Amino acid sequence: MSTDGILTFLLQHSPALIVAVPLLGAFLTPIIGKINDKIRNLFVIIIVLLTSFFVFLLSSNILSNGSIRTYVFGAASANNPVIRIFFQVDGLNAFMIIIGAILSIVAVLFSFRYLKEYTGQDKFYTLVLLMIAGMFGMMLTGDMFNFFVFLEITSIASCALIAFWTSKGESVYAGLKYIVISTIGALFILFAIAILYGQYNALNMGFLAASIQYTFLDKVALVLLISGLAMKAGIVPMHMWMPDAYGRAPISILLVGATQASLYALFRMVFTVYGSHLADILRHIKFRFFVTIEFDITLNGILGVLIIILALFTIIIGVFMALKQSDFKRLIAFAAVAEIGYMLLAIGAAIITISEIDTETGTIILSEVGVNSLKGGLFHIINDALDIGLMFLVAGAIYYVTKETSLNKLGGLARNMKYTTIFFLIGLFAVAGIPPMNGFASKLLIYESTYEINPILSIIAIMCSILLLAMFVKVFHSIFLGPKQEKFEKIREVPKSMLIAMAIISCIIIIFGLFPDIILQNIIEPAANALINNGLYIGGI
Amino acid sequence: MITEFLSKILKTFETGSGLWNPLVWICAIVVAFLLMYILRGFGNRKFKKATGQTQAFLSGNPEYEKEQMHVKGGNVYWGFTETLKWAYTVFDKMHTGNVSDYILWFVIIMGIFFIVIGVI
Repeated sequence: MSTDGILTFLLQHSPALIVAVPLLGAFLTPIIGKINDKIRNLFVIIIVLLTSFFVFLLSSNILSNGSIRTYVFGAASANNPVIRIFFQVDGLNAFMIIIGAILSIVAVLFSFRYLKEYTGQDKFYTLVLLMIAGMFGMMLTGDMFNFFVFLEITSIASCALIAFWTSKGESVYAGLKYIVISTIGALFILFAIAILYGQYNALNMGFLAASIQYTFLDKVALVLLISGLAMKAGIVPMHMWMPDAYGRAPISILLVGATQASLYALFRMVFTVYGSHLADILRHIKFRFFVTIEFDITLNGILGVLIIILALFTIIIGVFMALKQSDFKRLIAFAAVAEIGYMLLAIGAAIITISEIDTETGTIILSEVGVNSLKGGLFHIINDALDIGLMFLVAGAIYYVTKETSLNKLGGLARNMKYTTIFFLIGLFAVAGIPPMNGFASKLLIYESTYEINPILSIIAIMCSILLLAMFVKVFHSIFLGPKQEKFEKIREVPKSMLIAMAIISCIIIIFGLFPDIILQNIIEPAANALINNGLYIGGI
Repeated sequence: MITEFLSKILKTFETGSGLWNPLVWICAIVVAFLLMYILRGFGNRKFKKATGQTQAFLSGNPEYEKEQMHVKGGNVYWGFTETLKWAYTVFDKMHTGNVSDYILWFVIIMGIFFIVIGVI
């Protein structure tokens, strides 16, 4: 077989391989760990790199030609959408798995030295690979029940990772909280799936999108799906598990990926599964108050307003709570909550601008402002994953050398940790949306498009961005500046593998910041088009 | 080919109602730093280090050792959090750390969604 033939074969099976490789790796890791730690580490990084190779192979194919790839398990074609398990990959899925791949590589690379002195590493890497498999599964599947299964795999692996340091009571308690929250959220999602299956006798997302009638039961299912996924995505006031979980997990960067997979699912449900009814008029209101007032209440109108209100609460409470934290990791977790608010604000603004649905092509018609808002929201997803991810790596690096996360006990580390300081500054500017970092480009799109809808929205968003900057300046001052502290005199810079992990993510941040137009055209626009043009996704079955 | 590549890379990012080119921004920063450097050259060369010229004036109070002067993370923005104490009291009440309360918030939000989406 020629090289092209092999690549075509791998491309054809890549949707399955992206999940199968880390899953197989997870089961083999404890066995290989019996041989030697170094061989196990080598095996884990090979598995992650191999998975990432399939991710980039598939993504480049999908994003370059704007197509959709359907992978049917156990059959040559999608001849029975009721019982078959499907993976459906369009521009949005391709975009999400790129984020997952970047986070996975960096997390594994960082973990090697970070956890070297701890026991239970075989279990740790098994859980990491399981979580990666679950995360990719959530991002790739086109089947509702399959989605629930992958959600559970991710949740269980995440819970065990949060509670990894079992000697610390707080970690175990955080893990317990996470599993309670996840299970309840997932149960409601399962209930919604059961309602949809009961009505349409199908579990395939594309099939459901084509058949959904928006009955009362569909409304109930929509409420359950949105609530369950919003809790998993950490939207205020259902965000409270995030500081506990992010603050205790050894490698919080992977949890960022899992959270974003839930956010992706939320978008998929709203735009694709319920997409054909988004512009439906639900009520015609007419009343007389001096003059006769008449208006229509549309589904996209109420959904958009609800999402924007939640987004504003998410941004404000996230930022305000972050500002008063004295624990470094909890502070970043609250900042991550606020960043989710920005994405949600953009998506809510985009939903509000939907004017009609082209029933023939399944295209959601938005105004130009809405399209820009959608692009801004999607661009911010990848930027947030990188920026907050880098911040968590820096937090890990600080903890690695000082065994401290309290801002009150740290100080003067810039003298001993020059590279980590630089990486922190890159992350600081990126999270706060300071030009020319990546966060600025996406936030600019969000500010401009939300301003067109209501200037108050963009004013709040900008004010909170300034507070984010102020908050991370506080962190910079507390950890890196100030006089030398006697207890930290002997500390040195973190090992090279940890620096490389931070450097990789910093380089991507800078590249995304310097060339936003290239990223927008090649990655974001295909994802936004996939979200708007449902015809392709529905036609994929 | 090179021209095409450069034009792609240097292309301005259009946001709908505005535009943004990070490379132009970087050029502006470089020019600003050059100007600052030139202006610095006009400074007073008679400046003496480690003399009274470099001592901080703290409203007549004595200057403490540097180790004692570092403001700890918990004290930064004390004024901000103190002024917004009313808001923080509400936020702190929300963040109890109790998992039952987390679920209660979930139920409340689901109820609101149900009233708005389900009933309308």
